[in-house]
Amino acid sequence: MIRLQGVEKTYRTRRGDLVRALENITLDVAENEFVTLVGPSGCGKSTLLKLVAGLTPVSGGTVRVRDSLVRAPFPDVGIVFQHPVLLPWRTVLDNVLFSADMLGLDPQRYRTRALELLALSGLGGSETRLPRELSGGMQQRVAICRALLPDPSLLLMDEPFGALDAMTREEMGFELLRIWEARRKTILFVTHSIPEAILLADKVVVMTPGPGRLARVLTIDLPRPRTVELEFDTKFKAYSDEVRELIFAGRKARGNGR
Amino acid sequence: MAASLRRLSRYAVPAATLAVAVALWELASRVLRIPKFVMPAPSEIAAEAWEWRYRFIEHSWVTLYETLGGFALSIVVAVPLATLIVYSPWMRRALYPLIVLLQAVPKIAVAPVLLLVIGYGETSKVIVAFLVAFFPIVVDTATGLAATPPELLELSRSYRASAFKTFVKVRFPMALPFFFSGLKVAITLAVIGAVVGEFIGSDRGLGYVILSATSYWKTELAFASMILLSLIAILLFGAVCLVERLVCPWLAPAAEE
Repeated sequence: MIRLQGVEKTYRTRRGDLVRALENITLDVAENEFVTLVGPSGCGKSTLLKLVAGLTPVSGGTVRVRDSLVRAPFPDVGIVFQHPVLLPWRTVLDNVLFSADMLGLDPQRYRTRALELLALSGLGGSETRLPRELSGGMQQRVAICRALLPDPSLLLMDEPFGALDAMTREEMGFELLRIWEARRKTILFVTHSIPEAILLADKVVVMTPGPGRLARVLTIDLPRPRTVELEFDTKFKAYSDEVRELIFAGRKARGNGR
Repeated sequence: MAASLRRLSRYAVPAATLAVAVALWELASRVLRIPKFVMPAPSEIAAEAWEWRYRFIEHSWVTLYETLGGFALSIVVAVPLATLIVYSPWMRRALYPLIVLLQAVPKIAVAPVLLLVIGYGETSKVIVAFLVAFFPIVVDTATGLAATPPELLELSRSYRASAFKTFVKVRFPMALPFFFSGLKVAITLAVIGAVVGEFIGSDRGLGYVILSATSYWKTELAFASMILLSLIAILLFGAVCLVERLVCPWLAPAAEE
């Protein structure tokens, strides 16, 4: 579904210096696959998401989604950021309907679906509340419902649980999996938590910084539905050791180079 | 019980302080026999205000509509200016220095020239009020428009919403708290602008009353006008706060549970 070929991204800082954010990224993501991107900060994970969304142009190489070249934002994509960025004047329900509204669809026709999504994410009964009356986890659930409302086939998530406490974070991960299993779609999920990356994914893309490169793509062969117990599985531990090694090897190599 | 007592003390304490200050003032001017034209007693001011009540309505009305005219004009000019500045770096470079320059010119110095050019009618006072009031609205609105979280703008772009739609549905409402804080500063400045205009040359309005009262040594009348002016400014400020509460109910502090 997504095909990145030799993607490069260079941008200019305010001072005019050129910074290489991504170098020679080649990656294939299949339809309905759950792919996580993991790596230390500054490895260009978020930039990669923006390239796929068509929010920023590539400096070299190509990004294709369903065989068409991505040059600008295209429909059928949902985005979730680290912060919920809800509209403080809109109720929970109207915040979910925001995506339909901005897409130029009739929000009234999406009402039932919005209510279903809210119920599915445990927010039934909170439809008329304002964002400031919700906890961080609940706000992020609203943001996810907003992204899911038009039923996009591609979901881009940029550290969506990064601002939540560890317990909520784990809970939200399983919730996302439950929703995804009920209605499959392609998900690109950026995180810097190694366990989270493995627990959610079909495929883990390990990245290293300076400039951002793909270190390795691991196929996670663990049964679904995923459970908390999996974290004690020896296979899970092997995957997480491998990811950690790749990230720290990159770090050491750069350390010696200086 | 405790809550209602707290609420009572919130109004009762400042009111009592004011009452004591006024009483001391009255007492001092009676005991020390201070001449009326130097420092009138509160009772003398009140008596004069009562005598002037009908004429005061007329003059207050003049000052009020000069103020509101200048205030309305400053909103109409400032919001598009702020939008241009935020959306176009070129406009920002072209307009911002001019706006700052305009703000740096002392309006009291400009007022006589303005009156000379525009004439001594109410229009010139509206213009002076506008000139002092529009700057905070431009600056605050521009700050608010620039403060939209970048994620929200990216989200709107990913939905391929037009720039106009994004402005109406996201950017402007997001900037409303800033816009209103600009309005709160602007409304009190607009009152000052109108009075400054009246000082330079006019035959109506509270500024005119103050000026002519002092030239006839009628200090108590000048005092009454000043108090009236302050009341108008406070009422207008309160009105802006009320409109803010109505337009942005989500800004009100969350109900305590």
